[in-house]
Amino acid sequence: MSTTFSVIPAKAGIQTVSGNASLSVAGLTTADGLGSRLRGNDKNPAWFYVCKFDEIPVLGARVVERSESEGGNVAVFRNSENVVFALLDKCPHKGGPLSQGIVFGERVACPLHNWSIELRSGEAVAPDVGCTKRFTVKVDNGDVFVDLS
Amino acid sequence: MKKQKLAVIGNGMAGIRTVEELLKIAPDKYDITVFGSEPHPNYNRILLSPVLAGEQTIKDIVLNDWDWYKDNGINLITGKTITEIHRTRRELKTNTGEVFGYDRLLIATGSNPFILPIEGKSLPGVISYRDIADTEAMIDAAKLYKKAVVIGGGLLGLEAANGLKLRGMDVTVVHVMPWLMERQLDEKAGKLLQASLEAKGIEFKMQGQTEALIAGESGRVAALRFKTGEQIPADLVVMAVGIRPNTSLAEKSGLQVSARPGGIIVNDTMQTLTDPRIYSVGECVNHRGTAYGLVAPLFEMAKVCANHLAEYGIGRYVGSVTSTKLKVTGVDLFSAGNFQGGEDTEDIVLSDPMGGVYKRLVIKDDKLVGACLYGDTVDGSWYFKLLREGKNVAEIRDQLMFGESNIGDVGHEGNTRAASMKDSDEVCGCNGVCKGTITKAIKDKGLFTLDEVRKHTKASSSCGSCTGLVEQLLMFTAGGDYSATPKTKPMCACTDHTHQEVRDAIKAQKLLSVPETMKFMQWRTPNGCTSCRPAINYYLISTWPKDALDDPQSRYINERAHANIQKDGTFSVIPRMWGGETTSSELRRIADAVDKYKIPTVKVTGGQRIDLLGVKKEDLPAVWKDIGMVSGHAYAKALRTVKTCVGSEWCRFGTQDSTQMGKDLERAMWRMYAPHKVKFAVSGCPRNCAEAGIKDVGVIGVDSGWELYVGGNGGIKTEVAQFFVKVKSAEEVLVYTGAFMQLYREEGWYLERTVHYLARVGLDYVKQKVIEDAANRQALWERLQFALDGEPDPWAEFDKARVDTRQFIPIKAVATAAMKEAV
Repeated sequence: MSTTFSVIPAKAGIQTVSGNASLSVAGLTTADGLGSRLRGNDKNPAWFYVCKFDEIPVLGARVVERSESEGGNVAVFRNSENVVFALLDKCPHKGGPLSQGIVFGERVACPLHNWSIELRSGEAVAPDVGCTKRFTVKVDNGDVFVDLS
Repeated sequence: MKKQKLAVIGNGMAGIRTVEELLKIAPDKYDITVFGSEPHPNYNRILLSPVLAGEQTIKDIVLNDWDWYKDNGINLITGKTITEIHRTRRELKTNTGEVFGYDRLLIATGSNPFILPIEGKSLPGVISYRDIADTEAMIDAAKLYKKAVVIGGGLLGLEAANGLKLRGMDVTVVHVMPWLMERQLDEKAGKLLQASLEAKGIEFKMQGQTEALIAGESGRVAALRFKTGEQIPADLVVMAVGIRPNTSLAEKSGLQVSARPGGIIVNDTMQTLTDPRIYSVGECVNHRGTAYGLVAPLFEMAKVCANHLAEYGIGRYVGSVTSTKLKVTGVDLFSAGNFQGGEDTEDIVLSDPMGGVYKRLVIKDDKLVGACLYGDTVDGSWYFKLLREGKNVAEIRDQLMFGESNIGDVGHEGNTRAASMKDSDEVCGCNGVCKGTITKAIKDKGLFTLDEVRKHTKASSSCGSCTGLVEQLLMFTAGGDYSATPKTKPMCACTDHTHQEVRDAIKAQKLLSVPETMKFMQWRTPNGCTSCRPAINYYLISTWPKDALDDPQSRYINERAHANIQKDGTFSVIPRMWGGETTSSELRRIADAVDKYKIPTVKVTGGQRIDLLGVKKEDLPAVWKDIGMVSGHAYAKALRTVKTCVGSEWCRFGTQDSTQMGKDLERAMWRMYAPHKVKFAVSGCPRNCAEAGIKDVGVIGVDSGWELYVGGNGGIKTEVAQFFVKVKSAEEVLVYTGAFMQLYREEGWYLERTVHYLARVGLDYVKQKVIEDAANRQALWERLQFALDGEPDPWAEFDKARVDTRQFIPIKAVATAAMKEAV
């Protein structure tokens, strides 16, 4: 068995994207395209349930609240292709809340000074320079999880 | 899909610029091979003169170094010349016999210097002035020889003369015309220029017709003989008598070439007339009968050509207006357009020969059509802008000669003259960018356009009030032929369509949603960007009220959350206080909310309202509910405040009830979205305590009625409102104001304030639509009523206002069962 199922409680009835053909939302993918499969270097993921996929507006975001000591808020985005991304909710420029920005393509524009940040990598779009921490996300049967480890 | 092969003949500014533009929009479409006969990567030919003058080095003027070609996967072949194009086989042959195939071909062979057909033209020591090799030959000659003669008193000739003089040679300029730079300057400016160059030690031989160049004992040129028989010594002769499009390869390949003025004939998509697989850009081109020899047109061509190569096919090149600036340090000279004038033009001339200043502005039909400046060129870019935009200058005619600085500007310590600023002086007050930073970026990174400067330095990218300064810096640093902003500007990088074209399409096609609009207008990006999406959303809801649904995700956060985001991510709340009046119970509710939600700052605004700052986003709905007042739209491109004085109800000078008038205006037009924010003010007498002169609509009560003023602005650039109309009744104030607003709502471009809208369409036009045409006024007023009827208060009617309330609820992440087990 893969590590996949060790982090997903079978009793809750959550199934992986790759393992279930009867998805409620068609064509869901996650930012890294891995579905529920994990990255090789993520040996100990800490999956947290965020919300239903449908509760994230298209071309919008939701904020996962965390205290500063826990590392600060996390923004979970959904673009027009229904891909879900998660970034630390802090622009590398002056800490603006990226969750409040306009989402376009695979980017978000910070609401404070309009820096563009790549949702996939967290990198600022040139010529600006900077990077925001990114988090692994997965969508399982319409539920969104983020790895906060 | 297999990549197509694109071959580019010519490794100069036009060819490489096209490749750059192409890589930006379709990086994977072509395998690109570039052929250049010079053994250098692409460099900035305009800056050869500063190199000759010793102010810059060859290294400084390289635009794309060898690594750039490598990094972009471009196959660069230098030092070889293409000698044949086999069009049916789609093959190129080099002078060394190699053969290359192509699917598309771009010819950017530039131009050749014109060589006078005189005796001795091929002697050693006779050169032209075109490339790095010529420049190096001049620098070397200056070390060994003393006497230089430059034939040609045009731009290039004078720059060569100046450089050679600075390198220690005795220089004589021979010019066949009675004054210098006759294609760019009128006689007076030409004579002034000659005097100042003479002061630098350069000698002139005007109306001098060269007959022959004579060899000395060594076989090198030694003298120049005029038709008059007179002879002058010359160890170095530079021929700078003009350029001819380099079309020999094209002609040999059977492409149609113009006889005069020369150039490969191309259409508006830069395809050659003969073979649509072959494109051509730059100085080798003839477009609509014109061959250009300056940089700005080349860049516009490059953009269109790249667009077509990428198969977007919507860009068209329709010709350019060009300007010239001489790059001789210490000589300021600028010309653009038809500066010579003609029978149906008028001149405004300022002439101060002692002070070395001469300016001539040529006006036709109330529009600036030409400018020739000598000695003081700081306003060159401004005149050039007026000229390109074809702006009506009737209203500023009496101040035109004194420049833009005379028309008023704040925020840069009153500094409007980029040339006189120190490197450490701040240009962009929003982003703290100094002049030195901008000029360094322009030089180091080879920037040519305002957009590029904005991207790399952030200057002029926020409020835009320093745009004029930045354009001046571009002009001074990159030379007069910097790429000026084209007069029809695309909305953003996602499209080539202008704001007007998008507005028109939405109306004509009854487009009702953002995706539908982008699809119809062939947007290049999947869902636009932060510039175009809010604009399209506004155009949709203003064009099709009730039919088009507002898209909150296409709005900036402030309009999505109905509050103003602050630097720490909290929000501010400004409730509406009708006409600036409030009551004890409103104040009590506000005070209670401040205590209950621990709101850190309470501030009285300039618009006679109260601002609650530092409200947490999740508290917003509760704060709105507790204070029980409607939205002040202080966060929106919408009607904001209506500022009033106390008026006749209390004031001993008041002639009209301005407070009531203000309240009525505000009640009639609140919830009104507009291209930009809108502010009104009503004063009860001409003392104008409500400051109506700097509002979008200012109303001033007088004994006999009301005066309306429009297009005022108290922000970036203080603009005094213009008198619009005088009416008798309060009812008329409402209708005239509403009709003007509706016209602005229907025709204004997104983020265009009323002052800019008026500058674009003209006050007369608006007067005609609103004042003279009574039926139209009524129709506008009714359309406004229709649009506003039933519009919700976004602070209370969430569903109707399409407010996504999920945004106010932060999520607490829940550890999954597996996580809990692990703990």
